[in-house]
Amino acid sequence: MMTTEISPDGQLAALVADAQRLYEDLAFGSVRAWKDGAQGRRAIGFLPIYAPREIIHACGALPVGIMGGSDRLEIVRGDSYFQSYICHLPRSVVELAVSGRLDALDGFLFPSTCDVIRNLSGMFKVLFPDKYIHYLDLPQNFVAGQGGRFYRSELQSIARAVGALTGIEATPERLRHSIRAYNDNRRVLQQLWQLRCDAPSQVSTAEYYLLLRAGYVVPVEEHTRMVERYLSLVGSVERRAVDNIRVLVRGAFCEQPPLALLRTLERAGCYVVDDDFVQGIRLIPEPIDESGDPFDALAHAFLHRSLPCAVKYDAKRTKAADLVDACKRAQADGVILMAPSFCDPALLDQPMLQKALEEAGIPFTTFKYSEDTGQFQVIREQAGTFADAIKLWGATI
Amino acid sequence: MSTAAIKDASMEQQKALMAGYFDALATAPERGQKCVYTFVPGNLTELIRSFDLLPVLPEINALQSGMRGKSADYIGLAERGGHSEDVCTYVKCDIGMLKSGNIGPTGKPLPKPDLLLLSYTGCFTFLKWFELLREEYDCPIMMLHIPYQGDGEITPEMRDYVVRQIKDELIPQLERISGVKYDEDRLRQALALSSKAEDDLVWTLESAKHVPSPIDAYFGGVYYIGPIFTAFRGTQDAVDYYRLLRSEVQGRIDQKLGPVTPDGVLEKERYRLVVEGPPNWTSFREFWKMFSCEGAVVVASTYTKVGGLYDRGFRHDPDHPLESLADYCMGCYTNLNFPRRIELLESYINEYQADGFLINSVKSCNSFSAGQLMILRELERRTGRAGGFIESDLVDPRYFSAANIKNRLESYFQMIEAKRLGV
Repeated sequence: MMTTEISPDGQLAALVADAQRLYEDLAFGSVRAWKDGAQGRRAIGFLPIYAPREIIHACGALPVGIMGGSDRLEIVRGDSYFQSYICHLPRSVVELAVSGRLDALDGFLFPSTCDVIRNLSGMFKVLFPDKYIHYLDLPQNFVAGQGGRFYRSELQSIARAVGALTGIEATPERLRHSIRAYNDNRRVLQQLWQLRCDAPSQVSTAEYYLLLRAGYVVPVEEHTRMVERYLSLVGSVERRAVDNIRVLVRGAFCEQPPLALLRTLERAGCYVVDDDFVQGIRLIPEPIDESGDPFDALAHAFLHRSLPCAVKYDAKRTKAADLVDACKRAQADGVILMAPSFCDPALLDQPMLQKALEEAGIPFTTFKYSEDTGQFQVIREQAGTFADAIKLWGATI
Repeated sequence: MSTAAIKDASMEQQKALMAGYFDALATAPERGQKCVYTFVPGNLTELIRSFDLLPVLPEINALQSGMRGKSADYIGLAERGGHSEDVCTYVKCDIGMLKSGNIGPTGKPLPKPDLLLLSYTGCFTFLKWFELLREEYDCPIMMLHIPYQGDGEITPEMRDYVVRQIKDELIPQLERISGVKYDEDRLRQALALSSKAEDDLVWTLESAKHVPSPIDAYFGGVYYIGPIFTAFRGTQDAVDYYRLLRSEVQGRIDQKLGPVTPDGVLEKERYRLVVEGPPNWTSFREFWKMFSCEGAVVVASTYTKVGGLYDRGFRHDPDHPLESLADYCMGCYTNLNFPRRIELLESYINEYQADGFLINSVKSCNSFSAGQLMILRELERRTGRAGGFIESDLVDPRYFSAANIKNRLESYFQMIEAKRLGV
């Protein structure tokens, strides 16, 4: 009897298909399955962009990123909560919530990303008075004795509340263990980013993106194994490189572009070699200290090691230099500033980013999208024209 | 309705105060007086003035530009410069004004800032606004992060955070800029004056509990909050203004007079309303007249609480100066969470015997607007009163559709009538 060995290509396709299933499952079936795996398990949802998942993990709960409904969710009731000039993300989040798709989640963290997510925290308090709902006020003052001290108290407050739900205290030992688990995850994600940057033809934007999204629903240890396996498999297959330009994407840190939009960029001639998709997963890209006081370590990492982002106050006024440096590091030919419609942080940041790029002579193009954008022809033409112009005239456009 | 133009003495006094303030700003550079740009919610006027510095409030400049018909050009200029049509029009109006020579609302130039004090209270846009202004000015900037009342309360950790920032960063910064040493006694004296003025402001706002109401607490209210929300809190001028205002309102109560409107004194109060959200500034009088012509009086509003919820008991406290300033910053209306905003509105509807409530949802202000449709539903459910919803903008005239708003208001007033008839 002959046995059929699955080729690396096939294994890779299966892994990506698994990631895509996770991405498409708007009812969080994997989270429900994880909870069913043992009695008393709890899952805590968090909104974009950043939440300290280590704290939730240390309490024995599963942190789950809620990134909206993309283009796969019909909004039935969500629109009745928001005016036309509010971005799309909160509509789909409310739709997910009132339709019962978020029922597996035992609590929610709403980070201080913008006024919309802030207000959504209070709306959830009204909608779900029996659930743990907390507005996570990330510090905008980056002095250790001020913002750091305050943030430490925020972290402790979350640890107490989630610990009360799970019955597991986030002891220093447990927290250090969790930090280690997420550091392992950071290391493999760094490898993924590096490979994508070095050989973007090997790591497609869509695959890369699906891997990131998987990290928001499965346990971190499982996600680390998943990325390791992807890296191993993708290294053993050969994919054809095409004559695409290398672009850096900024503005997509909160409401996420639909997958088809990412594929459109690539088809239009743009390899994405750096981006801010799902930014919370790598807001702190380097490993966090595993030896000292874990609350201090987490606070220090946020204050001093987190990446620049539109929702963080640019205290040291390095926004322009950071963007230009990122372009140089990634050897980007140009930048796509793609922001969700009505996204205050991204759109208010954009004039400053444009100025920085103009001064540095780096070509850029801008467009808006929403998570349910369904027509890509205009974006394809715009991105394609951008790519063609760079190929023809380089940085002089 | 009487058509006689009425100018109360308090209005004249406020006009003189504001003119003097903008004169002082215009002449500040030549007089060597330094200026601090900061925001209305959670402003630290007493502290700033205790260093002989003048506060400049970009939102006030923007709304004044809106009222004087200049905002459309300013916004257009900013949008042509790369600012999105989707974002706050206060910011774009301010940027456009700056690019047009920074001529203030009274036609006189505004001074450049010596400090951008980013008092980050209840509005994400503030953060970006001053990052944008920083690109234009060669001056220091300081972030004063005010935590949000996410769980509906001010915790000791939140207070400690704000006090530390004021004590360890802001005060030394103000000392450096002004060359004046921090004088806590001077600050205490100012806070004592604030508290006096706040007493009379609250008395004035609460006079709307009378039937008929002697004031309009939204359209008239924005004038009443002017001095205390801006540059005059902590001054004798503010104390005098609010004492005079109080005596005038008492006079109207004694005579059972309604509020002063653009067409004179309102003679018959037909509808008592509570309003949530800021007003439109570009068509302010036209907007007001849509109410006053129907005999609708706003008896309480949340916009008049963006600079502090004095009517819920807060007073600046000279005995605890920095803690009191911290609590003030954290207690502004847009720093309250949703459940507390809904509770506040519900209490206004009941306490002020309102026939209904109306939400003016402004496109520019997500801090106010995001989720207001839930507020509408919750209030209808809790109070059984008629709820109305209209949309406009702060200072972008493209988003003020007079016919549409008037239509909606007329329907809304019919809804109140129907409720009265038990339909």
